[in-house]
Amino acid sequence: MEDKEYQEYIHSHAQKSNELLTIVWAFCVGGIICCIGQGITDLYSYLLKDWDEDKIASLTSMTLIFLGGFLTAIGVYDKIGAKAGGGSIVPITGFANSVVSPAMEFNKEGIVLGMMAKMFIIAGPIIVTGTVASVVFGIIYRIIEVAG
Amino acid sequence: MKKGKHTYFLNNNVYISSAYSLAGPYESKGAFREYFDTIMEDDEWKCKSHEMTEIEMQRFTIGECLDRASISPNDCDLILGGDLLNQIVPTSFSARDFNTPFMGLYNACATFGEAMAIGSSLVDGDFERIICCTSSHYATAERQYRYPLELGTQPTPESQWTVTGCGAILLSKKETIAPVIKGFTVGEVIDFGLSDANNMGGAMAPATAKTIVRHFLDTGRSPDYYDMIITGDLGRFGRETLHYLCKKEGYDLDNLNDCGSMIYSEKQKAGQGGSGAGCCSLVFTSYIYKNLLKGNLKRVLFVPTGAMLSKDSALQGESIPGIAHAIIIESKV
Repeated sequence: MEDKEYQEYIHSHAQKSNELLTIVWAFCVGGIICCIGQGITDLYSYLLKDWDEDKIASLTSMTLIFLGGFLTAIGVYDKIGAKAGGGSIVPITGFANSVVSPAMEFNKEGIVLGMMAKMFIIAGPIIVTGTVASVVFGIIYRIIEVAG
Repeated sequence: MKKGKHTYFLNNNVYISSAYSLAGPYESKGAFREYFDTIMEDDEWKCKSHEMTEIEMQRFTIGECLDRASISPNDCDLILGGDLLNQIVPTSFSARDFNTPFMGLYNACATFGEAMAIGSSLVDGDFERIICCTSSHYATAERQYRYPLELGTQPTPESQWTVTGCGAILLSKKETIAPVIKGFTVGEVIDFGLSDANNMGGAMAPATAKTIVRHFLDTGRSPDYYDMIITGDLGRFGRETLHYLCKKEGYDLDNLNDCGSMIYSEKQKAGQGGSGAGCCSLVFTSYIYKNLLKGNLKRVLFVPTGAMLSKDSALQGESIPGIAHAIIIESKV
């Protein structure tokens, strides 16, 4: 059997992910996380009446990041992720999970060279993309501003 | 004695005079619970890291295997073993606790087969007693090959679950009623260009098919000569693929089984089944060995399988080569 023929056989016979089920799970869990976020915003707006919207939004993000980190630390977030996939990766709680999980994993190699050095092995690409994108769009924005 | 191209029959009987199996907590909920000698109550086993747990697993299993045969480590001529971690740390570090010569091996998940082939040849020569031992641990393998344990990733349908377990056997010249290694077929590294690290069954099946077909061509035997042909960790999909590949070559393997497919129960969400260097050694030292001892299995072709990838080779776009060695084992009962 040729390489190509075999690759085609594997490709056509391998079990595929159930896309509909994956999408429904991701939609529901992602949606629930967003609803919780909205609930937290509403609660803060109600409790802290003299705070402006920006501060409330920052406080909500901080609370969700804490919750994501906490659920990772007690070993719950990976179980949610196994079912929800993108639904629990995309919200800000997923970002917290991607930083806290390597921090926990590599803690055994020491604080500096283990935890601190390897904390961003998953989140690193996201931070790099975010930084580069902000520079690129900042330049474009400036050019449009000058030209306009 | 060499037969055919890659098959060797041993001149003397090499007895598997003792075997010991140590299973992780998740494995103990699977199909072979009553066959395991010791079950770990948790994944840490009172160690500071999972790597240290795996060292302790090897040390414990080798010690118990020697104890069972009433042999002191000083009377053992050699420890042959390996595992999946970089620089095979669990095996090498466990060997520092025994005053026994040591050789570390690596053939990925087929290391147990490699150890049996080399060990039996040496015992067929001048060595008296040799320990063969391999292990794997879910947490150490996840960290090395995939992601941190607590990261919320979704497993693909083709992925497998690394077995936490360790199995050790003692090969000896001394005549007993124990099962005998009669010979083996050494496998080649085969690469059909698959690069999906989540589908290792598919990547290993061609190498396994080649070794099994080579074995039948070399020996002139047919599949029904054996009560059971049992592969290492192909998983359910890999097993089906192997069945298809062998059928294409004219060999219908009705008695084909796979340690990885069998080790977990249907209820356990372990994807296609178990994998890891400890998968086949754990199943061999428990289910297969005990059935050989009772005489329920008379002739077994045991074929540990390995996928030779590293995390870096996968990231660099390399495909996954596979390997498999076939060991002929017969019951004396």
